[in-house]
Amino acid sequence: MAEKKKLSSVLINGVLKENPVLVLILGTCPTLAISTSVVNALGMGVAATVVLACSNTVISALRKLIPDKVRIPAFITIIAGFVTMVQMLLKAFLPAIDEALGIYLPLIVVNCIILGRAEMFASKNRVLASALDGIGMGAGFTVALLLIALVRESLGTGTLMGAVNIPVLQEGGSIDPMIIFVLAPGGFFVYGLFIALAQKLGKEKVDTSAGACGACPAAAVCSKASEKEGKKA
Amino acid sequence: MIYSILAVFLAGILTENFVLAKFLGICPFLGVSQKLDKALGMSIAVLFVMVASTAATHPIYTYFLVPMHLEYLQTIVFILVIAALVQFIEIFMKKTMKPLHKALGIYLPLITTNCAVLGITVLVIDKGNTFVEALASAAGSGAGFLAAMVIFAGVRERLESSDIPKFLQGLPITLIAASIVSLSFLGFQGILDGIKGVA
Repeated sequence: MAEKKKLSSVLINGVLKENPVLVLILGTCPTLAISTSVVNALGMGVAATVVLACSNTVISALRKLIPDKVRIPAFITIIAGFVTMVQMLLKAFLPAIDEALGIYLPLIVVNCIILGRAEMFASKNRVLASALDGIGMGAGFTVALLLIALVRESLGTGTLMGAVNIPVLQEGGSIDPMIIFVLAPGGFFVYGLFIALAQKLGKEKVDTSAGACGACPAAAVCSKASEKEGKKA
Repeated sequence: MIYSILAVFLAGILTENFVLAKFLGICPFLGVSQKLDKALGMSIAVLFVMVASTAATHPIYTYFLVPMHLEYLQTIVFILVIAALVQFIEIFMKKTMKPLHKALGIYLPLITTNCAVLGITVLVIDKGNTFVEALASAAGSGAGFLAAMVIFAGVRERLESSDIPKFLQGLPITLIAASIVSLSFLGFQGILDGIKGVA
């Protein structure tokens, strides 16, 4: 029973307490780039979730076989394999989504969330827990992307899911569409406000002093780097 | 020819700025831009690796993957080539260029997982650039990354001494500042049509 409870908390953890996008500040690039429309956000979220769940499972299963020294290249290769599979599946069955995600689809390989979870969770935990962690984190990523996309799309173009028009936000309504929200500056702005909201709502103070590096998989290398620098100075 | 290369180069810096318009390399943009010297070191290293990995992956794709109909292996091959290349550059620098390694070496291991690097190699293939155009595009995008980093490091140093509302402190205000910097880069939109008009 206790075991069961722990597994469900692993699943929920990714969505709320350790939301990768809004709390851990990982995977910022696809978040900002893809959140221009809800449909794209959903496609990206699902694609990343599939890769996360699969790579977490495989990496966790192989965690005792992969030598510590080459673990990062090994992780990247496994992740790249799954990304390629998702890419081929999307090209075959959902070419419109593939087109919309464009370059950001292969870039899932270097998405900090996936490598970060491999390094922080899957390489230390059992297979089932790792798979659930992958699904939970993926769901958290998807939810955050959808929230940001909802704001940007409705304010930027006055539509919902690209199909439903919101009369109030249409041209001639009380607020005209503000195209700036689907452009780059709007992305930074809305994301910033969402992080502020998450910080306000979160009970524990999130340490953002390290900026986006805080929970990044490269943080280990990074802190080593600053150590080296410290010694030199 | 010259104009098209110039256009590709300038597009990378101004209108299609990797950080501010394409959202690639946001992690180092937010993480390493606190101090000007660090921002400069990181972005020079990124510029260097971007050009080097484009120079390596473009021929591999054109002369190896395409003739053998292995285009679908693009992602895996590119990331492995980049990882190996970064390792190799670091070892080579350590042996032969001590001062340069001292300045840039610490940033190199971080760059493998930088999406700007994988991004440029995939992007030039997607756009069907020739080898020279690809190199110009890589150099331009790298220079654009550098420009964004340096400008933003200046903005952040100012932010440190400002009185910021409590709920915006930390990352939120950084992102809002990035939004305003990005807004100013929107002003360059259309400058390229001018260059193309000359050509």
